Amino acid sequence: MKKAYLGVLTIAAVALVTASYVTKAYAADYGRYAVDDRRSGYTYATKETQAIQDDDFENPAMIWVEDGEQLWKAVDGNANKSCSSCHKDAVESMKGVGATFPKYDAKLKKLKNLEQQINICRTERMQAKPWKWESNQLLAMTTYVRHQSRGMPVNVSIDDEAAPFFAKGKEFYYQRRGQLDMACKHCHEDNAGHMARANLLSQGQINGFPTYRLKWQKIGSAHRRFRGCNKNIRASALAYGADEYVNLELYIAWRGRGLPVETPAVRN
Amino acid sequence: MAKTKARVKTPKSVKKGEVFEVKTLISHKMETGQRKDKKTGNKIPRMILNKFVCSYNGKTAFSADWHPAISVNPYMAFHLKASESGELEMAWTDDDGKTVKKTAKITVT
Repeated sequence: MKKAYLGVLTIAAVALVTASYVTKAYAADYGRYAVDDRRSGYTYATKETQAIQDDDFENPAMIWVEDGEQLWKAVDGNANKSCSSCHKDAVESMKGVGATFPKYDAKLKKLKNLEQQINICRTERMQAKPWKWESNQLLAMTTYVRHQSRGMPVNVSIDDEAAPFFAKGKEFYYQRRGQLDMACKHCHEDNAGHMARANLLSQGQINGFPTYRLKWQKIGSAHRRFRGCNKNIRASALAYGADEYVNLELYIAWRGRGLPVETPAVRN
Repeated sequence: MAKTKARVKTPKSVKKGEVFEVKTLISHKMETGQRKDKKTGNKIPRMILNKFVCSYNGKTAFSADWHPAISVNPYMAFHLKASESGELEMAWTDDDGKTVKKTAKITVT
């Protein structure tokens, strides 16, 4: 009697597992690199590229993480401070911080992204010169800070004060531009997973940024990627840190909400 | 990157006669000498790491000649077999003849 009871239980358990497998089959294929129908660029990369990212030693972007760690403790500016003077140990204080940018800044009355936050700290608190966009220092620091959130879900706020900027970012995403008259959505929403000549189009998620691109042979910011995309569709690229790009960054981060921060990711 | 940084990964201890993997990565711009400066139009002089040598207890165990097609931040992995404990020394030499060295100790059990 007891045996038969167990048997029924086992069948029930099997049925339950099968059912949950079927409904979650999509996510199961890509493991933690997909949430619902949102897929990280990792799932579009070749196995070889994924292998470089998976091994922290092999991942060349870790050089920037190490550089950032040194810069974190480096005293600079007239206030005679380093990042660690205020924030102490980045491993604890910066955990999860990178996953929440861009966010609204009440003083600026607009959004700021991580790069801009770092330079705000530098000019206001350290009284040091801001780092140039795409300079090795700013890339290293951005990568180092965001690396502390690795594996945590992208979690940006789009409500309250951020809402109008989010709407602008969304508008930019769907706005046709350039000589090819294309919007972000034509590649990354309508044709993700299809080829554009020899390139496999991804959903254009930015959860892995700053990313080491094999094509760039170095690490680069999301804004560098935006500029590249704009040039590809023969539109004029905006400046690094332009308000339009920061708004777009918030919108795209929201499109990839829940995806794990992969910084520093490796892409083709 | 301004400073050249080398990294080496090996198992700390290996069994005698066991084949183990050595992974190395060095940050270097690997300027090919083919590119032109966009502003002036002059060629940017070549500056690559052209020689990689791995020696074990002073004897060359592995070496490679590198040419301009080697990527930025070269990654090199290879396999070795050790019969006695000792020190691995990696040496990368660039076009100026400057050498960057990195060592790793290996205990053979």
